[in-house]
Amino acid sequence: MRALKHFFRSFALWELLKGMAVTGRHFFVRKITVRYPEEKTPMSFRFRGLHALRRYPDGEERCIACKLCEAICPAKAITIELAERDDGSRRTTQYDIDLTKCIFCGFCEEACPVEAIVETRIHEYHGESRSDLYYTKEKLLANGDRYAAIIEADKALDAKYR
Amino acid sequence: MEETIAQFGTQWFGAAWPSLWLVIWTLVKIVAIVAPLLLAVAYLTYFERKVIGFMQVRMGPNRVGPLGLLQPIADGLKLLFKEIIFPSWADKKVFVIAPMLAFAPALAVWAVVPFNDALVLANIDASLLYILAISSMSVYGVVLAGWSSNSKYAFLGAMRAAAQIVSYEIAMGFALIVVLMISGSLNLTDIVHAQQKGWFADRGLAFLSWNWLPLLPLFVVYFVSGVAETNRAPFDVAEGESEIVAGFHVDYSGMAFAVFFLAEYTEMILVAVLTSLLFLGGWSAPFGGLPDSAWWLVGKTCFMLFFFLWFRATFPRYRYDHIMRLGWKVFIPLTVVWIFVVGIWMLSPWNIWK
Repeated sequence: MRALKHFFRSFALWELLKGMAVTGRHFFVRKITVRYPEEKTPMSFRFRGLHALRRYPDGEERCIACKLCEAICPAKAITIELAERDDGSRRTTQYDIDLTKCIFCGFCEEACPVEAIVETRIHEYHGESRSDLYYTKEKLLANGDRYAAIIEADKALDAKYR
Repeated sequence: MEETIAQFGTQWFGAAWPSLWLVIWTLVKIVAIVAPLLLAVAYLTYFERKVIGFMQVRMGPNRVGPLGLLQPIADGLKLLFKEIIFPSWADKKVFVIAPMLAFAPALAVWAVVPFNDALVLANIDASLLYILAISSMSVYGVVLAGWSSNSKYAFLGAMRAAAQIVSYEIAMGFALIVVLMISGSLNLTDIVHAQQKGWFADRGLAFLSWNWLPLLPLFVVYFVSGVAETNRAPFDVAEGESEIVAGFHVDYSGMAFAVFFLAEYTEMILVAVLTSLLFLGGWSAPFGGLPDSAWWLVGKTCFMLFFFLWFRATFPRYRYDHIMRLGWKVFIPLTVVWIFVVGIWMLSPWNIWK
């Protein structure tokens, strides 16, 4: 009896028709694709993207060249040189992040005692050569100036969890 | 119009004009068939990606042009500008000829495909025989491509493709014999005409008089053999990515690869057209009162082509020995039995094909 049932089922292509019913149903299902440049998925305010060096409201750079970020960086992507400035304060002369080495772990941001280095939610950047992805102090400060509003807003959102 | 051309022709070419005109006119007709066909092939690749995408809950190509409609043109241009790389130990002459040998039969078959009562390039009596003969020629292209590439994968793919095409040709032929028996002709136009009459056709339900209903098992066998013949999923072991990379055309690139691609899709369209002609009444309208038109044939072909894509989106690839088992141990006995069943039916008093 079972053999007979199997025989008729296989000749009626029963299993195949069942499979085709599944794909046929999905043909009409609403598509879940996000059409990227036009549509974007929601992004966390803690997203770790492009780096930036921040300034105080009076325009003074925050970084005090403590080298904690350089020390903690697991990929050794950060290079810092420092010197005493004319007013006696301790400042960097060189602050480079090689984004081709960076693994975007966010440890530099966590280690920073003055909240100078941050990772912004900017992720749509590119470079046409490796040197374009070698971010110097000037470029990082420029990032901080350009995206200041975004950084402040994200910091404010994150503040209550700290 | 015609007289002006004839006058002009005789004036310039004299007595040779009538035969010359026949050549020119035939060439025009060939172009009129091949150009829309190639366009259809290009857009079949687009619809394949779109349909499979939709069945996988994705969008499919939608970047090039509105709704991605220019995608096949972009693909074609890309392939056109790519270099054709010759493997260093390849047999160069055969390597170049192979894609042509695959593509030429796929196009030549279209000479005898009728689009309606009058619209056919060559209305020969044995058109079905011609189709069988020419379409099985395309296996040469596949075998020579695999051989000339001088690569194990290509060779394995070619062997598999050849064995598969040859095996399924038999089941396909047997299925066609039954169609011949009931329509009493090898001419495709006559086969379609034979489907236009019957008990249901007289009562306005022409689509129930078509061959698919009385020959349902053969309709299925024919179409599945057609899928296997064209090396399409789920019978695409000839180019199974997980085992032999891309089969017989691993070593082909650029336009030479594209020609294989075109051949495969042209054959797909051909199998769909033949299924509609032999089993779905060709250009005849499904209900009485509607006019017969070539557009019905186009619609039925698209319907059958959709099944090709649907199969590909649904079924995993068959194992090679299972394919051979299905062809030799299931389809051939099944069709042979059905030949006898239909034969006895035709001799019985209940014969519906008088």
